[in-house]
Amino acid sequence: MKEPNDVILRSVTKVAVVIIFTFSINLFFSGHHLPGGGFIGGLGFAAALTLLFLSYDIETVRENISLDFKKVAVVGVLIAVGTGLGSFLFDAPFLSHTFDYFDLPIFGKTELATAVLFDVGVAMAVIGTAVTVIMTISEDR
Amino acid sequence: MIYTILLISIFFLVLSIIAAVYRLIKGPSIPDKVQALDAIGINLIAVVAIISVMLRTTAFFEVILLIGILSFIGTIAFARYLERGVVIEHKRSK
Repeated sequence: MKEPNDVILRSVTKVAVVIIFTFSINLFFSGHHLPGGGFIGGLGFAAALTLLFLSYDIETVRENISLDFKKVAVVGVLIAVGTGLGSFLFDAPFLSHTFDYFDLPIFGKTELATAVLFDVGVAMAVIGTAVTVIMTISEDR
Repeated sequence: MIYTILLISIFFLVLSIIAAVYRLIKGPSIPDKVQALDAIGINLIAVVAIISVMLRTTAFFEVILLIGILSFIGTIAFARYLERGVVIEHKRSK
C-alpha cells in the first residue's frame, strides 16, 4: 500500500494562498464604496489560513505564523471599541466617523476615512475568532 | 432578445441546482453528496455571473471570486476527510 502524499495540493496551495491573501486585502480596502469591508476581508483571510492548515499541518503553520489568534481577536475588539470611544474626544456621538481628501505621493488624491481604523479592528476580531474556532475543532484530544 | 436568453439560462441553471440539491439530500454515498455540493457552488457562480451581465454591473465579480474560493476550500476539506478520516493533521505524518 503506497503511502498517500499530497504534492499537487501543496503546490496549488503555494500559489492560491498568495492570490487569496491579495484578494482579501483588496476586499478589505474596497469596503467603503464597493462590496467588501472588514468582516468579509477577515473571513477571506481566515479562509486562506484554513487552506494552509488543510494542506500542511498545524505544527508547520504555527512555526511560521507564531501569532496567538486569541490575542488577535482581543486586540481587534479593543481597537474597534477604542475608535468608537475616540469620537468622544471631538464632542461627537459614539462611533461617528469623518473623512478627508489628501494628496499622497503615489496614489494621488486619496480619500482617507477613520472608518478604516474601525474596520481594522473588525477584521482582526473576525480573523482571531475564525482561526481559533477552526483550530479548537480540529484538535483530536 | 438577449434578456430573454439570459432569463432562460437562469431558469435551466436553477433546475440544475434543484437536481443537485436532490442528490445532496438523497445521495446514496457520501462522495455523491460532496460532488453535489461542489456542483451547487459552480452553478451559483454561473447564476451570479449571468445576473451581473443582466444588470450591466461589475460589482458582483468579487462575489464570484469569493464563492469560488470558499467552494474550493470546502471541497478540499471534504476530500481530506473522506481519504484520511481527519481534516486537519496535528503533526506531519512523515
